Amino acid sequence: MKTDECVLLDHGSGGIASQELISKLFLKYLDNPILGSLEDSAVLPNQPGKLAFSTDSYVVDPLFFPGGNIGTLAVHGTVNDLAMRGARPLCLSLGLILEEGFPLQDLERIIISIADCCKSADVPVVTGDTKVVPRGKCDKIFINTSGIGFVADEVSVSSTMAQEGDSILLSGSMGDHGITIMTRRAGISLEGNLASDSAALHELVALLLDKLPAGSLHTLRDPTRGGVATSLNEIAEACDLTVEITEQDLPVHKEVRAACEIMGLDPLYLANEGKCLLLVDPKHAEQALELMQSTNVGREAALIGTLTAGKGGRVVLRTGIGGSRVISPLHGEPLPRIC
Amino acid sequence: MKYLDEFRDQKLAEPLLEELQRAVTKPFRVMEVCGTHTMSIFRSGMRSLLPEGLDLVSGPGCPVCVTSASHIDAIIEMAQMENTRIALFGDLFRVPGSKNSSLANASSQGAHIDIVYSAMDSLDLARKYPKDLIIFLGVGFETTTPGIAATIMAAHNQQIDNFAVFSTHKVMPPPLIALLDDPDLQIDGLLCPGHVSAIIGAGAYQPLVDKYNLSCVVGGFEPADILQALVLLARQIAKGEPKVENAYTRVVSWEGNARATKMVDEIFEPADMEWRGLGMIPASGLAIRDKYAHFDVTKRLDIKLEPAEEPKGCRCGEILKGKEQPTACPLFGKRCTPANPIGPCMVSSEGTCAAFYKYGD
Repeated sequence: MKTDECVLLDHGSGGIASQELISKLFLKYLDNPILGSLEDSAVLPNQPGKLAFSTDSYVVDPLFFPGGNIGTLAVHGTVNDLAMRGARPLCLSLGLILEEGFPLQDLERIIISIADCCKSADVPVVTGDTKVVPRGKCDKIFINTSGIGFVADEVSVSSTMAQEGDSILLSGSMGDHGITIMTRRAGISLEGNLASDSAALHELVALLLDKLPAGSLHTLRDPTRGGVATSLNEIAEACDLTVEITEQDLPVHKEVRAACEIMGLDPLYLANEGKCLLLVDPKHAEQALELMQSTNVGREAALIGTLTAGKGGRVVLRTGIGGSRVISPLHGEPLPRIC
Repeated sequence: MKYLDEFRDQKLAEPLLEELQRAVTKPFRVMEVCGTHTMSIFRSGMRSLLPEGLDLVSGPGCPVCVTSASHIDAIIEMAQMENTRIALFGDLFRVPGSKNSSLANASSQGAHIDIVYSAMDSLDLARKYPKDLIIFLGVGFETTTPGIAATIMAAHNQQIDNFAVFSTHKVMPPPLIALLDDPDLQIDGLLCPGHVSAIIGAGAYQPLVDKYNLSCVVGGFEPADILQALVLLARQIAKGEPKVENAYTRVVSWEGNARATKMVDEIFEPADMEWRGLGMIPASGLAIRDKYAHFDVTKRLDIKLEPAEEPKGCRCGEILKGKEQPTACPLFGKRCTPANPIGPCMVSSEGTCAAFYKYGD
């Protein structure tokens, strides 16, 4: 792409310009036999098991940030949503809404990231669509991805499967993505290496499902928007039990903690894009932890709490000084404080 | 993290809690003045550990909460004017005014609102949007005022014309005096605000000891800091020997920060100020001096404050005075929640209602 080229309304017209964009950009990086056939829909071979289907839209600002960009999120987000039900992701759709004037160089950077993520996750884009809207009608680029996956017949993972006594594990540190985006937006530069944790989790999930005894992995959730606090509340609500977690056991990088202190934010409420919460039969918690820690995405995994009887739908935190407090779900966007 | 982890450690907290248990020999009531104290007490789960007989009430030290509805109405009006941009600290974004509106609503209808992290960021906005008047919402106590005074000074020195401040700045001792003059409020001691005291000095509370026989201890914001301050308060109250003590010596001196005070005095002068819940309190606010009138948005845009009614049923006034707990409010947790706040104490991350809602039982 030349540096001065940008998206024109013609690129979304369906005519020659659209075809050029498809062949010179999308197929150049994302090509595979199903996408390359350029038919109106992708026809996929059937797979054994149950079908899982998920969709998500991505409108992040800024588009590029340390640790990823809107394209990496679009792949990892949907792949992870499928994985959280124990599905093996099969393929993705890719819908782009572009603002007139968006630099083609930036679009190429995003498409290359999408291609790289798809390749390393082994989940191809098999169908896609592009629309261009006049300047000011959207913010640079919006992406939607939908994904299909298959769940083995014997696998049943959901929030309602959580049981009293379950151990609660978190696959790594909290808040890296959320704080990276917020500090970038605020133009705050901090020392240290704040970076988004954008990552695909389906291989980690596949490993757990493969190695743990059948039926011992009860629940998986990826704590994206609303953070770990909100996901734990959803789990507590769904299984009508109390979640108890311990403050000292929560993994948080020191850069993230420092930034949270400055901005008056709580890492429990910050978004993650490459982490999952697991509820496991306590007899197999140690094994699950070791399995996770043996992978790159799960190397900082920790046992953070237990699911207990008691008031349903409640999350209680044992604090550093030995007290306890209730953790509520997120209300509205987290806002930085005055002082 | 240094200065944080050690003050949040059970190893330090436990002996302090035992000491507090021993020091509380009769029931007493302490007001924690500052919203950051309120939040830290809740976040650390300290309420579940405090000895019986020690009653903590929250005071008027959350700057967002005490901003009056008339001020919020005026802010929303300014946001809706042509060629204005509002720069503000995040907490203010969702505060409702009296007319069923908030800056969040105004923003959804096209008003230009920028959340900034430092007042100085609004000067960058002024450079970026030369055709707009950037109005910075000056909200806060002595802790935030010096930074805003420095920003006005910088705008003055750099001759930045399209920048002005809406000053609702407040100062700390006067509202405490107004509260203490109220015979309904029975308190034995004050947990004095750490960061305000860093500017005004621990000595600023001596008149409260002299006039009201009140125990005053300046405390830091980490759990161990607060526990230490409570131990000192409990001992003073048990002995019946009220005085000012400083439990936050790593930050606060007796005299305060003369340089910051001087800068504030250069830009601002004392003014009467309306407080949500407390009404008009003489000399409890700061107005921009005539020398810097160009940066005073009320003069620049001729903004007049209109009397505004508090939301019906809202008990924020009584809560800010420490007279009632949030749970006594008929709206609490029903119509008024952090996602849809009616009163200001529910909006701010440091508001008492928000703390009760988020962390309460």
